Amino acid sequence: MSQRALRCALLACAVASLTCAGQVAAAEAAEPLEPLVLWHAYGDGEAEALRQVLAAFEAAHPGERVHAVRLPFGVLASRLESAVPTGNGPDLFIDAHERLGRYIPRGIVQPLDPSADPDWDATVAQLEPQHVEALRRDGRLYGLPLSAKAVALFINRALVPEGGAPPAGLEAMLRRPLPQGVWPLAIEGEDTYFVAPIFHAFGAKLFEDGRYGLARDGEADPRAVQALERLAGFFRDGLIPPEPSGELVTRLFGGGQAAYAISGPWLAASLPADLDVRVIPLPGLEGAGPMRPFVTVEAIFRAGADAGAEASPAHDVRVAALAGFLAGEESAVLRATVARQVVSHRGAWERFTPDATMLAFRDAARGGVVMPGDARMSQVFEPTTRAIRAVVRGGVDPAVALAEAEARFDDAVRALPEAHDPSLALVLLGALLFIGAVVAVRRSLRAEVRRSLALSLPAWRYVAASFFAVLLLVITPLVVGAAMSLFATDGSEFRYVGLTHYVDILSARGGDLLGQGSFWRVLLVTVVWTALNLLLHVAIGVSLALLLHRPVLRLRAVYRVLLILPWAVPSYVTALSWKGMFHSQYGAVNALLAAVGVEPVHWFSRFGTAFAANITTNVWLGFPFMMVVALGALSAIPKELYEAARVDGASSWQQLRHITLPLLWPPLLPAVAMGAVWTFNMFNVVFLVSGGEPGGSTEILVSEAYRWAFTRGARYGYAAAYAVLIFGILWLGTRSRLVSRAMQ
Amino acid sequence: MKRLVPVAVHAALLSATLFALYPVLWVLATALSGAPMRSGRVLPWPEQPTLRHFADVLFRDDAIFFTQLANSLFIAAFTALVAVAIAAPAAYAMARFEFVGKRASLRSLLATQMFPGVAAAIPLYLILDFLNLLDTRTGLILVYGSTVVPFAIFQLRTAFEAIPVDLEEAAMVDGATRAQAFFRVVLPAARPALAVTTLFAFMTAWNEFILAATFLSAESRLTLPVVLQRYVGEHSANWAAFSAGATLVTIPVMALFFWLQRHLVAGLNAGGVKG
Repeated sequence: MSQRALRCALLACAVASLTCAGQVAAAEAAEPLEPLVLWHAYGDGEAEALRQVLAAFEAAHPGERVHAVRLPFGVLASRLESAVPTGNGPDLFIDAHERLGRYIPRGIVQPLDPSADPDWDATVAQLEPQHVEALRRDGRLYGLPLSAKAVALFINRALVPEGGAPPAGLEAMLRRPLPQGVWPLAIEGEDTYFVAPIFHAFGAKLFEDGRYGLARDGEADPRAVQALERLAGFFRDGLIPPEPSGELVTRLFGGGQAAYAISGPWLAASLPADLDVRVIPLPGLEGAGPMRPFVTVEAIFRAGADAGAEASPAHDVRVAALAGFLAGEESAVLRATVARQVVSHRGAWERFTPDATMLAFRDAARGGVVMPGDARMSQVFEPTTRAIRAVVRGGVDPAVALAEAEARFDDAVRALPEAHDPSLALVLLGALLFIGAVVAVRRSLRAEVRRSLALSLPAWRYVAASFFAVLLLVITPLVVGAAMSLFATDGSEFRYVGLTHYVDILSARGGDLLGQGSFWRVLLVTVVWTALNLLLHVAIGVSLALLLHRPVLRLRAVYRVLLILPWAVPSYVTALSWKGMFHSQYGAVNALLAAVGVEPVHWFSRFGTAFAANITTNVWLGFPFMMVVALGALSAIPKELYEAARVDGASSWQQLRHITLPLLWPPLLPAVAMGAVWTFNMFNVVFLVSGGEPGGSTEILVSEAYRWAFTRGARYGYAAAYAVLIFGILWLGTRSRLVSRAMQ
Repeated sequence: MKRLVPVAVHAALLSATLFALYPVLWVLATALSGAPMRSGRVLPWPEQPTLRHFADVLFRDDAIFFTQLANSLFIAAFTALVAVAIAAPAAYAMARFEFVGKRASLRSLLATQMFPGVAAAIPLYLILDFLNLLDTRTGLILVYGSTVVPFAIFQLRTAFEAIPVDLEEAAMVDGATRAQAFFRVVLPAARPALAVTTLFAFMTAWNEFILAATFLSAESRLTLPVVLQRYVGEHSANWAAFSAGATLVTIPVMALFFWLQRHLVAGLNAGGVKG
């Protein structure tokens, strides 16, 4: 921290001494202020621009200090939601405008109060009106826009020489003759955000009046159906590579293997310098309108204050001054020139010479559709992406897929359950506690119990530290988490709902008990998942251990270290590596299959193959642990047993069957029991490899719980009920005789 | 026939090793590529090999990577230390004493492993806030340490049970107290199992990022997995830097593995003898 502050201070001094040397002296004399804290999740280029902007701010405002904290993108929202209400939040943060709908009811953000700043109206007037509007709710301005992001069309000029007027529609462009092995268009064509321009071209809306836009009351919007048919045609005609990820788009377009790409400014930043690229706003589609992308406005927000904080006008002025400066002209010029942001400050564009790419992104944003700011909009993405995949991968009828997406959306945004009266539960809880206390007191009065308590005293001394640590930092959070399953919250409201969540989950909320996504079906998948994984972990682990245990084996140490590697590399990296290897066209697995003459497999299009991909990954991750345990168990078997067997003329097969395996099994059991519990809750692999595809069928219980907690509208209570049910199942499962013998 | 067996053994081990290595080599190839890798390869070979991404990850922002590496090492090492220090006596008591609450404790310890962490993050945040330990290394060490304790107790308990009671009794006959016997006789005899538990605790803390990203703010206090996650944005990801960082993160763990591997086998063995 001090290093960073020092660097900021040095930069500030450098800038200041060039521009306003007099103020530096004033800064030294001024009273030191508590630094303003600013959270953001910018990537490298934008973070560097922000650093320069903040240095300029500190130089222009003597005595002022800003402490910027850079968080991983995926963490910012949940971090704000736990930090702001407890008074640990920042003063300001930078985020996308569409999060406002979620942040306002939770008190994560408060309006920026302009009254104290005389230049405020002038600052706001300079900002792109469309962007400012995106930040207004109920007549109040909640943030100042910094920049806008929207996708545009990238053209590789080496592959598409420009002669004459560019063709009118996208289709005409994509039909141009191209060299062998070059894709016409690289786009994340299964992702709602990137497909949205196609829906918009046909006049369909993803979200309207607080409801799902692409289907209404089970009836798909015909325009949306047309859009999906067009998209599916692109895939079918080989215009778009299959199973496209952001990484594949970058790889194909950056490697000269795609003529066009539809992506945002982030793609421009990761292309090789020698690639001759032109960017233009998205063209139209044949027989439809222009492809209008979603526009995201990135803005500076003022974080909400916790209830206990007292109002401080001086603080308000400081916050407003920083927000105004960040959105202002000087900052905009820096952000545009250093990070090539499409800045919202209109005057700033006169202060530098924007290149064609930046102008294209500006036009793309101006012609786009501002992302709806309603909190429910965020629930559009998962169902729609699933529908798109079902259509382009599985050949499902678009009308059916969209109707299903609407049902999923409605399910995710459904109203909170009715509040229940907690008095009955409180009475029950009180009675239980009372009975427990009475029993405990009466028991402790019995002489033999008191004697055994006294005898336990020395043992308790050994156990005390563990007891308190686990009680405070493991059991308490789990119990509180479990208790959350009795409550429902949408951020602003917190209500007791009794066992409603359990009833909802176990009854599949009135739907088919074995239908897609129902608890019972996911449980079935989870059980099969756990059993298959364990079986393979043990089989592979034990076989390898037996091989490694042979008395004479060259390179034993080398094998042992290399075979342990899957355990040592962080699993969130290797799981992604496996996902890439299962790509239907570019994955190494299909390339290997092709070498032996097997047709390419679309791994994530069918349940069986997607499940197999998950299992392969998890077996890879988990076999080294079993191998090591088995190796240990093997070396504990007394050698005399084998000698005696050999004397009796037992074959090596008989030795294996009658000595090795029976003696191997008991010490392996605790590891198998632990392994079963861990595999049951192995969230990483399912989430990163198949992501639940196709259509959520490969989800397991714990990944379902994560989705309800984090991607489906933060229903923590519902997710907690899942967690408790998982706990209950495992508890019952491990009470079986076999396991309890192993654990004793 | 006799000749063929070693060949078959090596063939089997070799193919298993290839299976283990292949995805890791892809990560390495991505880290070493100076240009986007051309699609559709079978061999994980880098495109325009370069060490640039490693240099980027290591030396960006005045080489703050080394500060963060030091944090990760510090947190992982102390997690292991704290976990073993508090779990070992408890495991010893579980192995050698009969006391009120023993069975319930063992059951609860197993139970803690069954509850998915998804519901515990927010309460944990509130507890650390209450203890004023947010954004501190101490807070993270305590949390990781406690998380590892249940597994550590199980692991060490089986190891202690496998050590003959005669050893301690002999020491106590010679005038040692119970505690002295534990420290001077039992702990040294269980050194392999202690090594395994240490390794397990170290790895848990070393690779964890969700809690670390939730509790830590200051750049100079971050751990490496959190820093790595920042290479992944909403729509874009710097895979080369991510892979280079992942490779760098793996090296210390591999070194530890290599150093501990003999103990590792013997240690889990000692932990597993008693079924």
